[in-house]
Amino acid sequence: MARLVVLGGGVSGHTAATFAAKWLGSAHEVVVVTPNSKWNWIPSNIWVGVGEMSKEDVTFDLAPVYSKAGINFKQAKALSINPEGSESSGKPFVTIEFTSKGNEGKTENIEYDYLINATGPKLNFGATPGLGEGSELGEFTVSVCTADHASHANEEFQKTIQKMKKGERQKFLIGTGHGLCTCQGAAFEYIFNIEHELKKAGVRDMADVKWISNESFLGDFGVGGLHMKSMGFAVSSKIFAESLFTERNVDWIIGAHVNKVEKGKVHYELLDGSMGEEEFDFSMLIPPFAGVGLKAFAKDGSDITSTVFAPNGFMKVDANYSAGAYENWKASDWPSTYQNPTYGNLFACGIAFAPPHPISKPMSSPNGTPINPTPPRTGMPSGIIGKAVAHSICDRILKGENAPLHEASMAHMGAACVASAGKGVFTGTAAAMTIYPVIPDFDKYPGTGRDTDYTFGEIGLAGHWIKHILHHLFLWKAKLKAGWTLIPE
Amino acid sequence: MEKKPEHNIKAYGNNFTTMTPGPFAIKLRTCKIWQFIRFIVINIKMLVVVRKSH
Repeated sequence: MARLVVLGGGVSGHTAATFAAKWLGSAHEVVVVTPNSKWNWIPSNIWVGVGEMSKEDVTFDLAPVYSKAGINFKQAKALSINPEGSESSGKPFVTIEFTSKGNEGKTENIEYDYLINATGPKLNFGATPGLGEGSELGEFTVSVCTADHASHANEEFQKTIQKMKKGERQKFLIGTGHGLCTCQGAAFEYIFNIEHELKKAGVRDMADVKWISNESFLGDFGVGGLHMKSMGFAVSSKIFAESLFTERNVDWIIGAHVNKVEKGKVHYELLDGSMGEEEFDFSMLIPPFAGVGLKAFAKDGSDITSTVFAPNGFMKVDANYSAGAYENWKASDWPSTYQNPTYGNLFACGIAFAPPHPISKPMSSPNGTPINPTPPRTGMPSGIIGKAVAHSICDRILKGENAPLHEASMAHMGAACVASAGKGVFTGTAAAMTIYPVIPDFDKYPGTGRDTDYTFGEIGLAGHWIKHILHHLFLWKAKLKAGWTLIPE
Repeated sequence: MEKKPEHNIKAYGNNFTTMTPGPFAIKLRTCKIWQFIRFIVINIKMLVVVRKSH
C-alpha cells in the first residue's frame, strides 16, 4: 500500500486529493493535512465582504466529505519535510502540528511515498508596517482573503454606510498593500462590489472611492495585461479597466508600493521614486504572499530548506529559475510537471510552487524598490495543476515508477475568469474574461503574446449569472456530490 | 437622472484618455434578452478555452 500525503486543502490540494482518492481506491492511502476544518470557495468571499453572502454560504466542513471519499483527514499544519527520512528511518516523512480543538500543539510524523505540497500562501501582512503582524491582519484595514476576514470587512463596511446616511462623507481605498502583491483581481472585484452596494444603499454621492495598486498600468492583473478583440480592434485590458473605473467614477493610483499603514492613512512610493500619502475611512488592501515557512531536513538532520524551497518559501519544481532578465524570458521557463528537481516523489501545485519569474515586466523605482505584481496561480490553473499532479502520482503508484508524468504548463493553459462588479440577479454585472495562454508566448503569438481568438472579455449581467452558477457548481464539486468529476476545474 | 460616464472624466486627469460607454452600451449590459444571448455565447467560448487547457 502506498501513501500519498497532500499538504493543504485549498482549491489545488482538494482537487488533487479527491481525484487521487478516486483513482487509487481503497488499496492505497490518501492523507490530507490542512489547518482549517472548513473548505472555502475563496472567489465568493467578495460577496461576503459586502454582506451579500454569509460565511456559511462559502464554506463547508471538510471532515464528512473526506470521510465519504475515504481520505484520512488531519487538521494540522505542516512544519517540516524530511525527504530522505531520518537516521532511524529510511522512509521520507513530514512533521505536522495539530490545530484541531483539544489537540493543539501536538505533533506527529507522517511517512509518505509521495507528497504534494499545496499549502497555498502565507498572508504576509507583516511585510508592510501597519498592515498587520506576521500573518495576522492589522487593526487599520480589512481583508477578503479568508471567509472570517470577509465577514469582518462587511461589518466595517456597514458602519461606513450608516455614517454616510447620517451625512458623514467617507473615503474608500481598495487595492494592494505592497509593491510585490498578487491577486489584483480580488481587489478589483471588491472595489466594484463596494461601489455597487454604495449605489444600492443610496449613498454613492457621499463616497470617494479610490484604487491603489502596484500594477504599472491599470488592467495588468499580474499577467502583464491582455488584449481582447472588440469591435474589430485588439483592445488592451488597460482601456478595458480604465473605461470601467471612469464609468463608475473610481479614481486610481498605480505603480504604488504601500510602505506603511497608519490609522486612516497609507504611505506609498511610486515607480517614479516619489512618495505620497492617501487618507481613508475604509480600506481593503491585499497583503503580499509568501511560502508558509516549511523547513526541509536531510537524513542527518542538516537543514536543506534552500535546496527544496526558493528564497520566497515556495517549493522549487521543474521550472527554469535561471532565465535572468525580462528579455530572456520564454514560455518554456514555466514548469509543466511540478516535480521537485531533487526529490522525485515531491510535487507542488497551486500557489505553493515557486514560479520562475513574474509574468508582468519587473520594474523598480529609482530608489531600488521593486514594484510589480507577482504571478497569480489561483483559480482554474490551480485546479488543473492539482489534477495533473494527482494523475502523475497515481500513474506512478499504479503503473510503476517510470510512468510518464502528466503536464499542465501555464504556458499552454488558458484561464476563464469572472470578476464580479456587483451582485444582483437582474442588476448585477461582472467582467467575464478568458486568457489563452496564461503565460504570454511572444514567439508563438508575436505582439500580444496570446491568441486573441481565445482571449476575450466583456462586462454584463451574463457574466454575473456565470459567476453565480460557478459558485454553486464548484461548491457542489468540492463536496463530491453526484457527477462531481464531470465538472471541469 | 444618473450622470453620463463621460461626466466623470477630469481634464488631463488619470482618465482623460480613456473611452466611456454610452447609454446604449450600458443598457445592453443589463438587457435580459441580449444578456441571455451573451450568456450562451460566453459559456461556449469559455468551454472551448477550458477544453483547450485540459
